[in-house]
Amino acid sequence: MSDEPNKGLFSPLRRKLLMGMAAVPAITMLPRASFAQAPATSAVNTTGLAVTDTEVTVGILHSATGTMAISETGSIEAEKLAIEQINAMGGVLGRKIKFIQEDGASDWPTFAEKAKKLLVNDKVAAIMGCWTSASRKAVLPVMEQYNGMLYYPTFYEGLEQSKNVIYTGQEATQQILAGLNWIAKEKGAKSFFFIGSDYIWPRTSNKIARKHVENVLKGKVVGEEYYPLGNTQFNSVINKIKLTKPDVIFTDVVGGSNVAFYKQLKAAGIDLSKQALLTISVTEDEIDGIGGENIAGAYACMKYFQSLDNPNNKAFVPAFKKMWGEKTVIGDVTQAAYLGPWLWKLTVEKAGSFDVDKIAAASPGVEFKGAPEGYVRIHENHHLWSKTRVGRAKLDGQFELIYETADLVEPDPFPKGYQ
Amino acid sequence: MINSRFFNRSELMGFIALAAVLFVILPLTLDVFRLNLVAKYLTYAFVALGLVLCWGYGGILSLGQGVFFGLGGYCMAMFLKLEASSVENTKIQSTPGIPDFMDWNQITSLPLFWQPFHSLTFTILAIILVPGVFALIIGTAMFKRRVGGTYFAIITQAVAAILTILIVGQQGYTGGINGMTDLRTLKGWDIRPDHAKVILYFVEVVLLFACIGIAQFIRLTKLGRILVAMREQEDRVRFSGYSVANFKIFAFCMAAVFAAIGGAMFALNVGFMSPSFVGIVPSIEMVIYTAVGGRMSIFGAIWGALLVNFAKTSLSESFPQLWLFGLGALFIAVVLAFPNGLSGLWADYVQPRIDRLFASRKPKRDWKDNSVADGAPAE
Repeated sequence: MSDEPNKGLFSPLRRKLLMGMAAVPAITMLPRASFAQAPATSAVNTTGLAVTDTEVTVGILHSATGTMAISETGSIEAEKLAIEQINAMGGVLGRKIKFIQEDGASDWPTFAEKAKKLLVNDKVAAIMGCWTSASRKAVLPVMEQYNGMLYYPTFYEGLEQSKNVIYTGQEATQQILAGLNWIAKEKGAKSFFFIGSDYIWPRTSNKIARKHVENVLKGKVVGEEYYPLGNTQFNSVINKIKLTKPDVIFTDVVGGSNVAFYKQLKAAGIDLSKQALLTISVTEDEIDGIGGENIAGAYACMKYFQSLDNPNNKAFVPAFKKMWGEKTVIGDVTQAAYLGPWLWKLTVEKAGSFDVDKIAAASPGVEFKGAPEGYVRIHENHHLWSKTRVGRAKLDGQFELIYETADLVEPDPFPKGYQ
Repeated sequence: MINSRFFNRSELMGFIALAAVLFVILPLTLDVFRLNLVAKYLTYAFVALGLVLCWGYGGILSLGQGVFFGLGGYCMAMFLKLEASSVENTKIQSTPGIPDFMDWNQITSLPLFWQPFHSLTFTILAIILVPGVFALIIGTAMFKRRVGGTYFAIITQAVAAILTILIVGQQGYTGGINGMTDLRTLKGWDIRPDHAKVILYFVEVVLLFACIGIAQFIRLTKLGRILVAMREQEDRVRFSGYSVANFKIFAFCMAAVFAAIGGAMFALNVGFMSPSFVGIVPSIEMVIYTAVGGRMSIFGAIWGALLVNFAKTSLSESFPQLWLFGLGALFIAVVLAFPNGLSGLWADYVQPRIDRLFASRKPKRDWKDNSVADGAPAE
C-alpha cells in the first residue's frame, strides 16, 4: 500500500542496502532491510511497553459481541488488514506487530475494564479501538490515567481533544458543514428537517447543523425530532415531514433504526429522487441492512466511499475483500479504522520511539499518502485533516461520488460560534 | 426456635473462608488491576445478598434489581461528577462549573435536583433512602394489592425498562446513554490511583461483611422464619394473623438498599455509571449470579457473583468472539445439574464429608436442623 520512506530509520547500513537495490522496487525489499537493523529496544522503549527486539504488541478493542458488533466488525477487520500489511512490509522499527484483541461487548464499562487490562497487564504500545462515543468516553479517563495511545476511528461529535487519542474519523464540523453548503447551493435549500437518534452525537451534530443553517445559510430548521436508539416507529415524524415539506431532510439516525426509517419513508410515498435527504449516519455497511432499493437517491456526507476512484483505494478494496470475503462492504468508519495502525506506524518511525509521550508529541504533521481516502495529515489537535465528500446512494448499495471539497478540511473539535 | 449462636458450624466455616479469601488471599496474590476487578465483582455480591433475602427466603423474585443498583450508583456518581466539574476543570465549556454532558445539551445552570448532591452527607443518605423509598412505594403498591409471583417479576422488569428509557431520554440531566464518566475525586481524595483502589477495595469488603451480618441477623430472627414460612405457605401465614404484605415490603426494601450500596461502590471503584446497569438485561444477570451461587445461601450467592463475573472476564479475554456462548452453556449446566446452585452442590456432596470427619472425632451432635442450604421450611 504505502511506500512511504521510513524516516525514523537512517542507519548507514540500510542506506547502503537500499542504494545497492536501487533497481528493485523498494516495497519488496523493505522488510529484510528493516529487520536487519532494528534499533535497540532499550532506546525505543523507555517506559516498559510490550516491545521486544522482534515484536511490538498493540491492542484491538472493539465490540465483537452485542448490538454494536455489526458496526464494529468492519473496524476490527480493517485494523487486522493494516497490521498484516505493515508486517509484510517489515513491521514498525524492525518489529512485527502482534495484536491482542479484547471484546468490549457493546458495554461501556467493559470497554473501560478491557482498556485498562490492555494498558496495565499487557503493556500494549497502542490501542486501536472504540466505536460509539459512549465507549470512548468510558475509555478516555483510563487512557489518560495510564498514559496509553488510542486510535479512534468513528466520526463523532467533537468537543473533545486528548493527548492520548488520535481521532482518525471526522469531527462534526468536518462532516457536516461542507455537506450543508453543498446541498444549499445545489438544491437551493432553505428549509431543513432534522431527525436523529437520541444521544450525544446526533444532538451535537444537529446543534452545529442548526447554527450553520440559521447563521450562515440563512435558512430555517422546520423540525427537530429525536428517537431512542433502536426505535422502529417513524410514522409520526414522516407525517410531520409531509406537512412541513422541508427542502432537505437531514438525518443522523443510527444503527438498526435506519432500516425501519427508510422503509417507512418509502412506504409513505416520499421519493428520495425528488425529496432531498442528507444523512451523516448511513454508510455502505448500513445500506447492507436497509437495502439499496429503499435508500437509492439519498445523499450521504462522509469522507470515504468504497467507490472512490483513486489508486490507493483501488489497491485497498481488493486487499480487504481478499482477506475478508467478496461480499464485505467497506464504509467510512472501516476506512478510518484502517488508518489507525498506519498512522501509528508512521508516527513511531517519525519519533524513533514507541514511548507514548514521544508519539503524542510527534503526531502533529504526520502524513499518510497511502490512505484509501487520499492524502491525510494529523492536525495539532490530534484530529485528521481530511476532505468532505457527498455521495448519492445507488440501487446496488454503493455510493456515487457527487461532490468533494477541493482542499482538506481543517478539524475543529471546539468550533467557535457553533456551541 | 432461634439458634443461640449467630452462625452454626458450616456457616462459620463459610464466613471464615470468605473472609480469608477477601481480606488476605486475594489482596496478597492479585495485582491492583485484578483486585479492582474483584472489587467490581463484589459490587454485584451486594445485589446477590439482597436477592437471597428477598427471593431465596421471601420467595419474591425481583427482575429489577438493576433499578436499585442504578439509583445507588447514580446518587454516588452525581456527587462525584459535581466534584469533577469544578470551574477550573471545565473551563472550555460554554458554562463552566456544570457537568460536561449538561453543557453539551445546552443546559446553562445546574438543575435543582442536582444541587443537594454537593453534600456528601446528603449523598450517603440518598444512596440508602432514594432506592429504599422507591422500593417501599413499589412494594406497597404491589403487595398490599396481593400482586405477587410472576406478575410482580414482570412489573419489576417494566420498572427497569422505564428507568432506562428515562435516563437515556433525559440526557441533559443524566448523561444519557454515555452515563456519567470521568469521576475523579471524593472530597478531594483521588479515587483513581492504585493505592486508592486498594483502600476502596477494603472499604467495600468491610461493607459487604456488615451487610452479611445484617442479612444473617434478619435470617435468624422471627422475621426470617416468617419470610420462609411465607414463601412456603403464604395463606397459612396470613391466616395466622401476620400481615404478609408488610413482611414482603420489608424484604424487598432490604434487597433494594443492599443493591444500592453495591451500586454506589460500583461508581467509586469503576469510576463511572451508565444506564447499562439499570436495564432488564443486567437485572436478569444479577438474578443469574444468585441462582448459580445458590439463592438459599448467603455465602453461596456471594461466591456466585464472584465466580460468574470472574468467568465472564477470563472467558472474554481468552475467546473474544465465543465467550458469550461459553458463559450461556455454563449457566444452563449449573441450573440443570444443581438446582440449588453451587451452595447446593456444597451442601450435598462436600458438607457431609466434612461433617463425617468431625463426627468421627467428637461426640455426635445434631447440626442438621439448621443447615444453610436445604431450603426447608422453618421447623
